[in-house]
Amino acid sequence: MDKLHLDQHISHQFNKELEDIRNKVLKMGGIVEQQVKDGLQALLEADNDLATKVAQGDYEVNALEVEIDEECTQVLARRQPAASDLRLMVTVIKVITDLERIGDEAEKLGRFTRDLTAQSSGMPSYRKELRHLGELVKSMLHDTLDAFARMDVDAALTIVQRDNDVNREYETLERLLATHLVEDPRQVSQLFKITWCARALERVGDHSVNICEYVVYLVKGRDIRHTSMDKIKYEFL
Amino acid sequence: MNKSAQEAFDNLTETVGDAQVDKPKMRTENVNVFYGTNQAIHDVSLDIGNNEVVAMIGPSGCGKSTFLRCLNRMNDTIPSCRVEGSITLDGEDLYGPDLDPVLLRARVGMVFQKPNPFAKSIYDNVAYGPRIHGLSSNRAELDDIVTDSLKKAGLFDEVKNRLDAPGTSLSGGQQQRLCIARSIAVSPEVILMDEPCSALDPIATARIEELIDELRQNFAIAIVTHSMQQAARVSQRTAYFHLGKLVEVNDTKAVFTNPQHELTENYITGRFG
Repeated sequence: MDKLHLDQHISHQFNKELEDIRNKVLKMGGIVEQQVKDGLQALLEADNDLATKVAQGDYEVNALEVEIDEECTQVLARRQPAASDLRLMVTVIKVITDLERIGDEAEKLGRFTRDLTAQSSGMPSYRKELRHLGELVKSMLHDTLDAFARMDVDAALTIVQRDNDVNREYETLERLLATHLVEDPRQVSQLFKITWCARALERVGDHSVNICEYVVYLVKGRDIRHTSMDKIKYEFL
Repeated sequence: MNKSAQEAFDNLTETVGDAQVDKPKMRTENVNVFYGTNQAIHDVSLDIGNNEVVAMIGPSGCGKSTFLRCLNRMNDTIPSCRVEGSITLDGEDLYGPDLDPVLLRARVGMVFQKPNPFAKSIYDNVAYGPRIHGLSSNRAELDDIVTDSLKKAGLFDEVKNRLDAPGTSLSGGQQQRLCIARSIAVSPEVILMDEPCSALDPIATARIEELIDELRQNFAIAIVTHSMQQAARVSQRTAYFHLGKLVEVNDTKAVFTNPQHELTENYITGRFG
């Protein structure tokens, strides 16, 4: 975050407040990343205990979201931040919403995994495809948090483009599952849960894209949401 | 100033952003101001457009007030002060030999930091300018000008029953609005304001800011302020001055969310600079 010179305010207290908020966001990111990892592992290894842990484990993330929101509100009210400080507050408030939702998606992975292990029926588990999708999403999230921590616009823009791969994987898997459903409608309940797991992973990719877009806004002051990749490339790459 | 900011300032030869507008009310080009041998303003070019509020911000001693005072030749009263460059009002040279500074100051009014009503009645404070400039031919016309000016300054309803009371009997915020009424009584085209709210409480400040926005419909306004929030609230364009140079001028909404120059960023975010 050196790019933003967060530690160079005349008010040391303000420096501390921003540093504290930043650290909490990074901590929240770390927890969420671990949740996604655990959720994926539970799914792929049909680990019921881990699934239960993930399904019940997002209270810490929720608490951090509330805490960071409150601290940002205090900064807005008392410091009236401008320019990069203002963009940082807006970015943080938005980023933690996406992080919290990633936590929700991880929680879903845990819940669906529990259901799936409970009603195991010897049908294909689509583990290979889920692993492939999951690894893509996991590394995307990891790099996103890294880009946020380092305020790295180039990395953020590269990650945005990686979401296409995730979407393609998801659509392929969705088609496989739909075909399976047509062939064997008795498996509908399980097939739906696998679809929802895939969907949860795909959504983690979408939230990562959002966070990357906020990173660009924070550093460059330019809102690239709903902008075509061609235009973004023309402007930044 | 940190090293990179110092370098950025040293390398500053041109103002960042759009200093010029279409059809400006006032245009300044390459203005340099000296007090004796000491140069206070370096090569500043800045337009003030019709129906816009331009805010000038910057640390103490950056030259923003000096620059503002050039716009109605208030610096003429300082013997050691020398102004170079071009300043025009509707294309007319402000420092040209044919221009009468007294008439100029009727066209370009000024409101100061501390309210300075004359030791006269509320009525006479506002009537003073129209009288000396002969803007009314009879008492009824003068009454109209006074009433109209007080209304435009948002003060009429509060003083209509005591127009004979001394101007100094009003509260600080009312006195400042009286001074604004006095300056608009002579139908100026431009109003210059030098920290008009720094001696006022937040409620009086809010009233003046509301007034500035209304006055914008009829006048071009340049305001110097130490309050960045005030600049952000009242102006359409913001100019950032630093050590006598105009560093950046841009749309206010851009300056306060995404300033282009590092020095502007440092100043408005309270960083070392």
